[in-house]
Amino acid sequence: MAKITLDHLRHSYMAAPKGPADYALKELNLDWQDGGAYALLGPSGCGKSTLLNIISGLLQPSEGHILFDGKDVTALPPDQRNIAQVFQFPVIYDTMTVFDNLAFPLRNRGVDEARVKARVDEIAGMLEVTEMLGTRAANLSPDNKQKISMGRGLVRDDVNVIMFDEPLTVIDPHLKWKLRSKLKELHQRVKVTMIYVTHDQTEALTFADQVVVMQDGEVVQIGTPVDLFDRPAHTFVGHFIGSPGMNVLPAEVREGGALFNGNPIALEGPISSGNGRHEIGVRPEFVTLADAGIPATVRKVMDMGRHFVVEALAGATRISAIAEGAPPEPGVTVHLAFRPDQTRLYRDGWIATTREGTV
Amino acid sequence: MRKVNQRGWFFVLPVLVLVAFNALVPMMTVVNYSVQETFGNNQFFWHGLGWFQDILRSERFHAALGRQALFTFLILVIEVPLGVIIALSMPRKGFWVPVCLVTMALPMLIPWNVVGAMWNIFTLPDIGLLGYFLNHVVGIDYNMTRSPFAAWATIIAMDVWHWTSLVVLLCYAGLVSIPDAYYQAAKIDGASNWSVFRYIQLPKMKQVLTIAVLLRFMDSFNVYTEPFVLTGGGPGNSTTLLSIDLVKIALGQFDLGPAAAMSLIYFAITLFVSWLFYTLMTRNDTD
Repeated sequence: MAKITLDHLRHSYMAAPKGPADYALKELNLDWQDGGAYALLGPSGCGKSTLLNIISGLLQPSEGHILFDGKDVTALPPDQRNIAQVFQFPVIYDTMTVFDNLAFPLRNRGVDEARVKARVDEIAGMLEVTEMLGTRAANLSPDNKQKISMGRGLVRDDVNVIMFDEPLTVIDPHLKWKLRSKLKELHQRVKVTMIYVTHDQTEALTFADQVVVMQDGEVVQIGTPVDLFDRPAHTFVGHFIGSPGMNVLPAEVREGGALFNGNPIALEGPISSGNGRHEIGVRPEFVTLADAGIPATVRKVMDMGRHFVVEALAGATRISAIAEGAPPEPGVTVHLAFRPDQTRLYRDGWIATTREGTV
Repeated sequence: MRKVNQRGWFFVLPVLVLVAFNALVPMMTVVNYSVQETFGNNQFFWHGLGWFQDILRSERFHAALGRQALFTFLILVIEVPLGVIIALSMPRKGFWVPVCLVTMALPMLIPWNVVGAMWNIFTLPDIGLLGYFLNHVVGIDYNMTRSPFAAWATIIAMDVWHWTSLVVLLCYAGLVSIPDAYYQAAKIDGASNWSVFRYIQLPKMKQVLTIAVLLRFMDSFNVYTEPFVLTGGGPGNSTTLLSIDLVKIALGQFDLGPAAAMSLIYFAITLFVSWLFYTLMTRNDTD
């Protein structure tokens, strides 16, 4: 187990990258604590798999270093880094039994057979696959196969980190939930650093203590699920996390205050100085239908069961609000109020307001 | 009881007619010949299983069958591992892939009798490229019309040259279908190259390899054109394989009865061994 440090890491798939656009992974400095559960969240093509492969050693970064507990492992091949990886599609050695599959990484490292047996039995118990140990792995269902590939990582007690590359992609929806909670439980039991790559916010937020949100090869925010939801550092995070995502409204800044369609909007705190494209961000959860506020026309109302999502047009801008009570009819004019402490200004995508007690 | 729609049979009828005319009818003709004796004039006399007994007891048949079995054995033992090795060492992506594939496919595109003729000229002791090289540069006395060993070496080399590509292409197809994740996982699990071959590549190639072995068995066991054009069965009878012997009996001596009985025995052996191979190679697939 180890603390993982990414030091000035950059990667490009091109031989001679020129601009920042040529980098699949832009410069990255990151510390991952020993025993943490991390998620790498972002849309397809944002560089999260590239980052994962760099950590596992399947890919050599163009620049920068990876350190495990302060030791530079950048040049080491995967098998010398003591890592484990679970892939999108379950990787199973078809001709072996479940037992032999789980024992494979240990036997390759010359562990004696008594110890192999003890470890495999222990891990099989944890994964609840003990009764399958004697069967051929080829005949298992996809979720059990994925459990076995996880088991091959867990069985080694010297692993520095276990990485999951969208491991639930091929699992049936009703089993996804089960496997996800199993994973969470395993993390709490074995306390190995785990990095979970996904584009599914639910998977990331339920699994991880810390979520790293990525976009276009860049880390846009690192935080707990609550941080990401409460105070997105970038409009992308606000939009990507949450259902529906954060409202992002074009804004004007005049004399230290923000205006939307000419209406002054109260923000969480003072605006930092600077110039750029300004936007106001507020989550639908903090937009209420009020007597006074920004006038808007209701376009549609979606019944989400627990609440309604009201979509309204203020000028040319679409704003979503979550309403608990009886929703308005489409076509009606309503007034929208934003909760000031949850309303922020973003400049060129990045947060530009400060709040008491935060930086 | 559930009523079955019997009209479905009409759809099978055309196939049945086709198969009847191209397989069943000719084969029944052979069965018919195999149990009768004729002295020409289209007059036939019942001979029972006499021809079968004669063939099975004939030393000539035993010798031809032995040569045939040896030929097929050598072909499989050389071509299958060689094909796997070549497939493993071929590039998986990039510019050289099409180059390798086309080069590999070339020998298979050449008609069989042309292959025989090519090798015939190629191995001529005084003017053939290989023949001249072996005799006058290396200094080996190589003449396949005189030495049975040289004749055998040449027909084996020719078949390896002609058909190893089939094994290569089938195995290659199996290899490229293995997702990268398998190799990555094996790397992470610390597997050796041998383990990667044994537990990932070989199992994934198994199905195509089964087909490759079956095809190579059937084709080499029934081979006729190439060795016939190359050696004509000689020197002496040293390369007279079953099919060559069969044609000699049927068309050379015009012994329809023995030839028919021999064809059926030949066919039964091919069928049985193919079945055996297939059963042995797929027996583990469903437990």
